[in-house]
Amino acid sequence: MSSIKKRLRKEKIAKLLMQFSGILITGSLFFIIGTILYKGLPHLTLDMITQTPKGGFYIGKDGGILNAILGSLYLAGLSTLLAVLIGIPICIYLNMYVKKGSTLAKTAKLIFDVLFGIPSIVYGAIAFSIMIWLGVRASLLGGVITITLLTIPIVVRTLDELLQTIPAELNQITKSLGATRWESAKVMLSYIKPGLFTAILLAFGRAIGDVAGVLLTTGFSDNIPVYLDEPTATLPLAIFFQLSSPIPEVQGRAYASALILTFIILSIVICTQYLASKQRKNRG
Amino acid sequence: MPVNYRLATDRVIKHLSGTFLAVSLLVILAILVGLSIKSSPLLSEVSLWEVLTTSIWAPMKGRFGFLSFIMGTVWVTVIALFIAVPLCLAASVYLVEYGSKRLRALVLPLVNVLAAIPPVLYGVWGVLFVVPIISDYVAPIFGVSSSGYSVFSGGIVLAVMIFPIMVSIMVEVLKTIPAELRSVSLSLGATRLETIQHVVLKKARPGIMAAIVLAVSRAFGETIAVLMVCGNIPQIPKSIFDAGYPLPALIANNFGEMMSIPLYDSALMLAALLLFVIILGFNLLSRGILRKMEVEKI
Repeated sequence: MSSIKKRLRKEKIAKLLMQFSGILITGSLFFIIGTILYKGLPHLTLDMITQTPKGGFYIGKDGGILNAILGSLYLAGLSTLLAVLIGIPICIYLNMYVKKGSTLAKTAKLIFDVLFGIPSIVYGAIAFSIMIWLGVRASLLGGVITITLLTIPIVVRTLDELLQTIPAELNQITKSLGATRWESAKVMLSYIKPGLFTAILLAFGRAIGDVAGVLLTTGFSDNIPVYLDEPTATLPLAIFFQLSSPIPEVQGRAYASALILTFIILSIVICTQYLASKQRKNRG
Repeated sequence: MPVNYRLATDRVIKHLSGTFLAVSLLVILAILVGLSIKSSPLLSEVSLWEVLTTSIWAPMKGRFGFLSFIMGTVWVTVIALFIAVPLCLAASVYLVEYGSKRLRALVLPLVNVLAAIPPVLYGVWGVLFVVPIISDYVAPIFGVSSSGYSVFSGGIVLAVMIFPIMVSIMVEVLKTIPAELRSVSLSLGATRLETIQHVVLKKARPGIMAAIVLAVSRAFGETIAVLMVCGNIPQIPKSIFDAGYPLPALIANNFGEMMSIPLYDSALMLAALLLFVIILGFNLLSRGILRKMEVEKI
């Protein structure tokens, strides 16, 4: 029987199919970016990033989306800041004050995993009803609260993973020198500093790209927000609204806006990759 | 004195961080309770069963049937899985079983970049590329005319969106399979492929299922990207080229106007509750399995 030949040929075909799948999956990234670049580049002008919408912007007249870019940066910046301020203590509590492997630590981690998986539209819906209940109108503040809820799980999970990589001896040494748990937590935090920035950037990236959560809670405005209670445009929302316009000029701006968002996201990704490699080196 | 001060700081930090933790954990409960309270007015008028199994959507007349939206979600998700599961499984198997460390170090970060791309950009890509391809090339092959805004487009966009989560979990799952199992099978004369088919994949099955379930829960809640490409017509799709209207899109599209119509907000909250409960269940299930397999990274 020449069945071994047949079996080996089968293996070769399967291997080819697998390689093809891998190329397709990896390639889809370049494909998406390529499509946006190809469509967006011709419409990208300096006005887009230096001006706010002028009268008639949404029917194709002059202006830019500076309001949305800044709105997005404010929103993502503020909510990331809040998420970090809440997330770091949570991680310290889970890793320093609670026994490792205790039921509380395990349950808490599972719940943060689950919170991470909840779609932003659900957070948006909840936040929106709370805002109506409190009589708060759609504003930057509403968006910040929603997005903070969304980003806390990211910060907690990423940091927790980093803290797991710290050798147990470090903890023991600091404690044996008489440090309190909080003081040794500070040592730990400085140990994972590059990783800390990775977590922050990840949260920021997610925050700046979210639409469903802010769709209901931030409103939309042509002005650059000054106060927290003002409605705010965000970049993803600007893309979304411009794209649904029937006017080709406005659609073109949607492509260009998408390109700007892609640029921001890719810069964040490059920074995180750089910091991640630094963290690895730090670990030796 | 300084020691006391330090201990006091320690205690303050402990209580503060403990409170933060408790509050964040309560969020999940608050969502559940809040959505239940908000959706109860509708459920006191019509039974849950009726809401889930009728497809008449007429908010002005007080008729809220979710069936079209549920079917829209199901269609889009199933199509996405049909595309993503074979591709991701094949790619992950290749990366773990055949690929070198260098290849993995090259490919996995790229796949993770896909995860960083915001949903709205997937939506833009869907509108610019997938929708026209479907309407101009794919639908005519099957002799159908379609605008391209269809559950098929939604499924394709969603498939690409769940690539990263699927690949990264599947790779981690496959890595947990002990090398000895492979050596035994190979030493008995099985080819690499046969070893993969009969030994590795069999052993990894629970983890792979968990990866798929987790990806499903991601797909279920995806709002904007799907909303942008699948047409949003409240009907039960009959073919993959029909428009559909998934649940998350329903919530996003109608929130602005819900306040003026009685029970409308209750119906939308029920939609959110449904999404939440399904996703919560799927998440707990698959995370449980993955924890058991000691797959930490997701």
